[in-house]
Amino acid sequence: MSLLHIEDLDTYYGYVHALKGITLDVETGEIVTLIGANGAGKSTTLRAISGLIPIRGGSISFDGQPLNGVPAHKIVERGVSHAPEGRHIFGTLTVTENLNMGAYILGKDQDAITRNRERVFKLFPRLEERRRQLGGTLSGGEQQMLTIGRALMASPRLLLLDEPSLGLAPLLVRLIFDTIREINAAGVTVLLVEQNARAALKIAHRAYVMETGRITLAGDAAALLADERVRKAYLGEQ
Amino acid sequence: MQLLQQIINGVTIGSFYALVALGYTMVYGVLKLINFAHGDLFMWGAYLGLTGVSLLAGLAGAGQPWMAVPVITGVLALIALTGVLVERVAYRPLRAAGRLAPIISALGVAFILESIARNVYGARWRTYPTGVAPAGGFVLAGSVRISTMQIAVLVISFLLMAGLYLFVQRTRVGTAMRAVSLDHTVSRLMGIDVDRIIALVFVIGPGLGGIAGVVVALYYGSFDFTLGWSFGLKAFIAAILGGIGNIPGAMLGGMFLGLVETLASGYISPQWKDVIAYVILIIILIFRPTGILGERVAAKV
Repeated sequence: MSLLHIEDLDTYYGYVHALKGITLDVETGEIVTLIGANGAGKSTTLRAISGLIPIRGGSISFDGQPLNGVPAHKIVERGVSHAPEGRHIFGTLTVTENLNMGAYILGKDQDAITRNRERVFKLFPRLEERRRQLGGTLSGGEQQMLTIGRALMASPRLLLLDEPSLGLAPLLVRLIFDTIREINAAGVTVLLVEQNARAALKIAHRAYVMETGRITLAGDAAALLADERVRKAYLGEQ
Repeated sequence: MQLLQQIINGVTIGSFYALVALGYTMVYGVLKLINFAHGDLFMWGAYLGLTGVSLLAGLAGAGQPWMAVPVITGVLALIALTGVLVERVAYRPLRAAGRLAPIISALGVAFILESIARNVYGARWRTYPTGVAPAGGFVLAGSVRISTMQIAVLVISFLLMAGLYLFVQRTRVGTAMRAVSLDHTVSRLMGIDVDRIIALVFVIGPGLGGIAGVVVALYYGSFDFTLGWSFGLKAFIAAILGGIGNIPGAMLGGMFLGLVETLASGYISPQWKDVIAYVILIIILIFRPTGILGERVAAKV
């Protein structure tokens, strides 16, 4: 049984039919990536999984339990963490406070919080150096590290990453993708939404290609990386 | 000497403004809503306190200072409950309805609370039984004196504000409150139950307002149903002055307004105190439109 199973999912933004019958699976231990153009519904899929937008048709289940109708703040407790697009860190909270909010569901379990924070600091030593700084004063790359680190603070089994490389310098993009691999190697399953299709396909096991609210292609990441249609449409090759 | 006396009086009035301003600023923080009903919740604190004190004074034969303790506790609970109810009934259903509808709803609640108070307690000035507000005082130096009531006001306000500040800055739930005031969506992704945090804000803000209602009524002795509008409006101004949404700002804004008013009244003319105070206010807002402590940290985008 898949860790995450989405079946025939429909969602709307107002009257706009955003997702039109999406079906996808993520198995335990995988990195799965969703690629596609702007507005294809990649972020919407993540937002539906974490309960930010209502499911209007079909179903989402995590670890065999349905997520339909479960409020967003309860979905984190099930083991799904979402690092949103655009580095939505809490600007007037310190780095440590931001991380503590990521561990909100752990309550007063200080041991677990400290352990997770040490893990995050090991992944991103820059965050440790800046732990007393306000989130809003960090650079773009550091904010992205904080967004990912904060999502890891809840000890998730599934990490949803939305455009982690957006707007970052090439060197930082490499660092972020290496870290995603490292996080996955430590046992966290990853569902990765990316515009940078090449980098995403290189680290992913499997991939889905989305177009205007539908999944148009699916398969092994390596196979898609070699696929003629993918190369033309998403990897910028003639 | 005269100056010290004015400062003592100004800080006392300033702490009233500050306590009420906290309610405006906290609600604005989490909902970006000016809770116009807050002044009237504060006014209801004064009336409920009147009922409580009158009841106890009637039973005991005369008003005594200890009565303030159970009365303040009871009023705190009742006004907090009312605050939560107002949020649940009048604001929460409108949360997705934009900015205008909740403001109109808040004004509606303000008029409802004010009308009920006038109908229940009458339009005339009401006076607390004597003997509840602690009498006497101390001479500090020469003609400068501080009354026992002033000391009580300052101690209560300081404890409440310090407690609130520590709660918001140091605890997990207090940090969650700050997170919610920055971003509801991301707060939900953290597992924070945003509705519960908002409800908690409507416990604390109106609760502090309720306490302030009793203490203000005890300090001045008498009041009427316009207390919420007149005094509440000044507290709202104090919140803006300090930087709305900013908790230390509300404390600072309240103190500042109280001091300016008292000094203007003492040194220039009581009739002109409002003119002077608000000219200063306008000047400050021209130079700092976001208030004294408002949005000091610019977020990088």
